[in-house]
Amino acid sequence: MSMDHNVEVGSSYAVSSTVTKDVEGCRNPQVRSKISSRIAQIRLVSGHPEVYEPCDDSFALVDALLADRANLIDHQPNMCLEIGSGSGYVITSLAIMLGSECPGTHYFATDINPHAVEVTCKTLNSHGVHAEVVCSNIASGLQSRLAGMVDVIVVNPPYVPTPEEEVGSEGITAAWAGGENGRTVIDRILPVVDMLLSSRGWLYMVTLAANNPLQICQVMREKGYASRIVVQRSTEEESLRIIKFWRDADIESHDSNKVKSLSGSESWLLQLSRMSLWRSSSSSNNRVNEFS
Amino acid sequence: MRLLTHNMLSSNIKGVSNGFPLRLEVEKFIEKEVEFNADFLRNMFPKIEWKALVDAAKTLGYADLPEEADPSLLDSDDFLKKYHHALLELHVEEGVLICPETGRKFPVNKGVPNMLLHEDEGFWRL
Ligand SMILES: C[S@@+](CC[C@H](N)C(=O)[O-])C[C@H]1O[C@@H](n2cnc3c(N)ncnc32)[C@H](O)[C@@H]1O
Repeated sequence: MSMDHNVEVGSSYAVSSTVTKDVEGCRNPQVRSKISSRIAQIRLVSGHPEVYEPCDDSFALVDALLADRANLIDHQPNMCLEIGSGSGYVITSLAIMLGSECPGTHYFATDINPHAVEVTCKTLNSHGVHAEVVCSNIASGLQSRLAGMVDVIVVNPPYVPTPEEEVGSEGITAAWAGGENGRTVIDRILPVVDMLLSSRGWLYMVTLAANNPLQICQVMREKGYASRIVVQRSTEEESLRIIKFWRDADIESHDSNKVKSLSGSESWLLQLSRMSLWRSSSSSNNRVNEFS
Repeated sequence: MRLLTHNMLSSNIKGVSNGFPLRLEVEKFIEKEVEFNADFLRNMFPKIEWKALVDAAKTLGYADLPEEADPSLLDSDDFLKKYHHALLELHVEEGVLICPETGRKFPVNKGVPNMLLHEDEGFWRL
């Protein structure tokens, strides 16, 4: 499917404003113009040199949420959480796009960077939406009481492969520094997500090709989650995939039958996954089918 | 920070076995009107530690919640209104949250609690 599909999805809800300070930071002019005509533009009322400005990865995540908006509305989440909200662009977009269609939804956002939580609050406020914002390492302080209560989690993690020492640094470095293969923070986030998500919980996460997304899907599969790529996008610099994970009772029961089943059954799934990934990477922007 | 959030926070410092509820000391709070949604209140009810909510509301001078609550109360509009007000409309802007076991203070600034731990408290203990 081409970009056009997203255009329809994106234009089906009210666009809030058109100022594009955020988009200007993007290096790719093509992406820039498509974005400004396509999705709700969240004004950055305030920035901070130590806070990550929304870029291709943030836009791709919001596009994935938009593409899945009808499902989200059907889902009527009680609680949504963004881990690592940075400027607040994503959680604000989510709260706007669900808006009055999900009147009983409560939003939380965390970030490890105290400047980021401040900017998140300002972005939320200036768009007339609310989320409870907590300065926290992933979801520390929240995770024991919120366990099993969150219906939707969104994460655009620090995914850039870097030396391990840079992980968890103060300020803006924490926004991208992902350690070996960009997986250090992701691999810490996954078990927390598993703990927080309710029995009907969904996770949307940004990954980079270098993160080995297929292996992430396998890790989550072992925890009982199915997955699919919602948005795939290659920019000049990176190849991004936004993956949706959801708890799947079938997987759990398959896994408990593991001993009996032929070893072929899993490699079949794996192969299909590879096919999907391969298929989708043949065009630069694509939506592919469920693969696990 | 709404009292809902206070009800969801606990101290996870290394070695602390019961970090809930965090004691609340308030310098500044505000009241904000929030759209009433009975479904949300009902869905949340089983997850709320009632006593912690009652005590936190009292700290903010709101003493209209019953000391004990059971699900049958969820049919009462009067109860729902009070529960709604306490849970969602009272916002702590400035103050501290205090770990019940260690006395460690977590600051709340501009409505945002800071739950980050130092390295020796178990920063990466997730
Ligand atoms: C790539 S930025 C994404 C920001 C924003 N969500 C967006 O999409 O534009 C990653 C964010 O995660 C935060 N972060 C990094 N490590 C974290 C951790 N351990 N816990 C919470 N937040 C973290 C960073 O401070 C940064 O704001």
